[in-house]
Amino acid sequence: MSEVIISINNVIKDFGSVRAVNNADLDVLKGEFFSLLGPSGCGKTTLLRMLAGFELPTEGTIHIDGQDVTLSPPNIRPVNMVFQNYAIFPHLNVAQNIAFGMRKSGLSKQELHEQIEQMLELIKLPGYGDRGSNELSGGQRQRVALARALIKQPKVLLLDEPLGALDKKLREQMQIELRLLQQQVGITFVFVTHDQEEALTLSDRIAVMNQGNIIEVSTPGSLYEQPQSRFVADFIGTMNFFDCTLKDFSDGIAIGEASELGNVKIATPQTIVSPGNEFTLAVRPEKFSISFEQPDQQYNSVLGRMGPSAYLGDRSHLYVHVEGREYPISVALQNLTGVLDQMYTTDRKVWLTWSDDSAVMLPMEG
Amino acid sequence: MPSAASEQSLVSRFQLRFRRSEAMRGYTLLSPTLTIVLLGLLFPLMILVTLSFWKQEYVDLIQTFTLTNYADFFRKKIYYLILYRSIRISLLVMLVTVLLAYPLAYFIAFHVKRNKMIWIILVTIPFWTSYLLRVFSWKVILGYNGVINSGLMSLGIIAEPLEFLLYNPIAVVITLAHAWAAVAILPIYVSLEKIDRSLIEASRDLGESAFMTFIRVTLPLSLPGVIAASLLVFIPTVGDYVTPSLVGGTRGIMIGNIIQSMFGKALNWPLGAALSIISMITVTLVVCLLLGATQLFRKKVA
Repeated sequence: MSEVIISINNVIKDFGSVRAVNNADLDVLKGEFFSLLGPSGCGKTTLLRMLAGFELPTEGTIHIDGQDVTLSPPNIRPVNMVFQNYAIFPHLNVAQNIAFGMRKSGLSKQELHEQIEQMLELIKLPGYGDRGSNELSGGQRQRVALARALIKQPKVLLLDEPLGALDKKLREQMQIELRLLQQQVGITFVFVTHDQEEALTLSDRIAVMNQGNIIEVSTPGSLYEQPQSRFVADFIGTMNFFDCTLKDFSDGIAIGEASELGNVKIATPQTIVSPGNEFTLAVRPEKFSISFEQPDQQYNSVLGRMGPSAYLGDRSHLYVHVEGREYPISVALQNLTGVLDQMYTTDRKVWLTWSDDSAVMLPMEG
Repeated sequence: MPSAASEQSLVSRFQLRFRRSEAMRGYTLLSPTLTIVLLGLLFPLMILVTLSFWKQEYVDLIQTFTLTNYADFFRKKIYYLILYRSIRISLLVMLVTVLLAYPLAYFIAFHVKRNKMIWIILVTIPFWTSYLLRVFSWKVILGYNGVINSGLMSLGIIAEPLEFLLYNPIAVVITLAHAWAAVAILPIYVSLEKIDRSLIEASRDLGESAFMTFIRVTLPLSLPGVIAASLLVFIPTVGDYVTPSLVGGTRGIMIGNIIQSMFGKALNWPLGAALSIISMITVTLVVCLLLGATQLFRKKVA
């Protein structure tokens, strides 16, 4: 499992005076579902296109399966791509689309036909071979694009936001199918998306990118729970940030003081700053508990006033105003009972508490 | 009062029906064009058909039904040969024009990043001068004392002017290909421009070289434009008589020249009409053959 299949070394890509990818350094492991995640224009698609061979790096090298492919044309690389708009050939039917890349495979007509049937089976579209490409729905086009790439048995499958054009329900269904398919065929997937939820759901590992830089590479869990930078904490999920000063640190417990929160306690194996210095405290909305009585703890509690709230079915989003803080604190509550109560009425006084192992220390940012 | 009310409801019912009916709205949109086609095309065509079954005796039109004119076409080899030559020249013009137009259209569609409009306008510039003028300019270029001959002579490459440049079918092909270039470039450009770039990338990604990608993706997808260009060039050039009469010489005479003389100096309108009808039918047949051939090509590439 730990064999490296893609090795990107110090890759830079300039478009004129614009640097699209800055010094990317990345290893993707064999059999991994790897995602490139970031906002629009962060360089994730450019990086993917350099893997496919549609763009050539300005500097740096790319190795795929041990071979230097930095300057190789797309048609000789051991990778295949699923395009954002699927790029199904409109002049060919489904079977001809899937067979497109097999011209030089040396298979007999019969063998090729069998393989196409197998592929149609795999993507759950048996009997669709004779359909015209314009008779397919969005989800079906996506599957055909997958089959067309997978029949070539590539070392790596590249996917450029393949679920972006689908509606929410279909999208969630395709996410599960995609993950199952990847485990079934055992091919390394490199997946580009701007949807953090999708990346968390699908990936073994995620590289978060911003403005051409790879900010952090980690597993979904550690990106969400232990982000290393304010950008990652903010981009993945929702995060509340507080300015804090470190008072003391001993035995894995950091004591700090935040002007908006009072005294805080953070469980952490090590601190990123020494006592007396400032850091950013980050707490996820769902880590808060809410009560109407003053809690019996000196740390990690703050008094606030209910702001607007939003009911989302499975959970509710509440906003709690705290004195001296510009933005309300975002709090997420599971709707555990079916009682439609009016407890969280606007302006009501509430106490927020959180445990010392649910907050994250982040470096201050400019 | 009741009559006014029912009248109103009749009007509104008609309006409702009109709005509901897709076909009715379609015909309304078409009606100006339809009127022009009926008056300007169908009507003269019927006169032509009628005329072709009459007979000319000196200055008199004999208005009785006869097949003499059609029989003449098959009896006298000259008409048949000239029609055959016209088709051949036009097919060659079509081939040359499309082959020359395709790379230019390809260049504008795929490699011009900014100001595509300027390129399109540049393509149409020859159309800003009259057709006659353009044909004459080729006469100046290819003529006995023309640009090419005097140029080559002043360079000392030839001693005598080349005589084979002008007054032959090749001169007709060159002149017509130039005259119709823009008509071929524009539809090809449009069909190339419409091709999704990711389809070309997908083909490369699936292992095809740039050349095979052109054969398997770009060319089949631009075929509608190529067909449109071919027909737009082929159909009008078969009947052209200006170019052959100016640069074609006796060996470059086309059916248009014959038809023109029948309606003019030779004063045999019925025969001219019959020749027109025959060449129209022949063109239709050739076009059908061309379309059949492209269908075959499409199947083969797939």
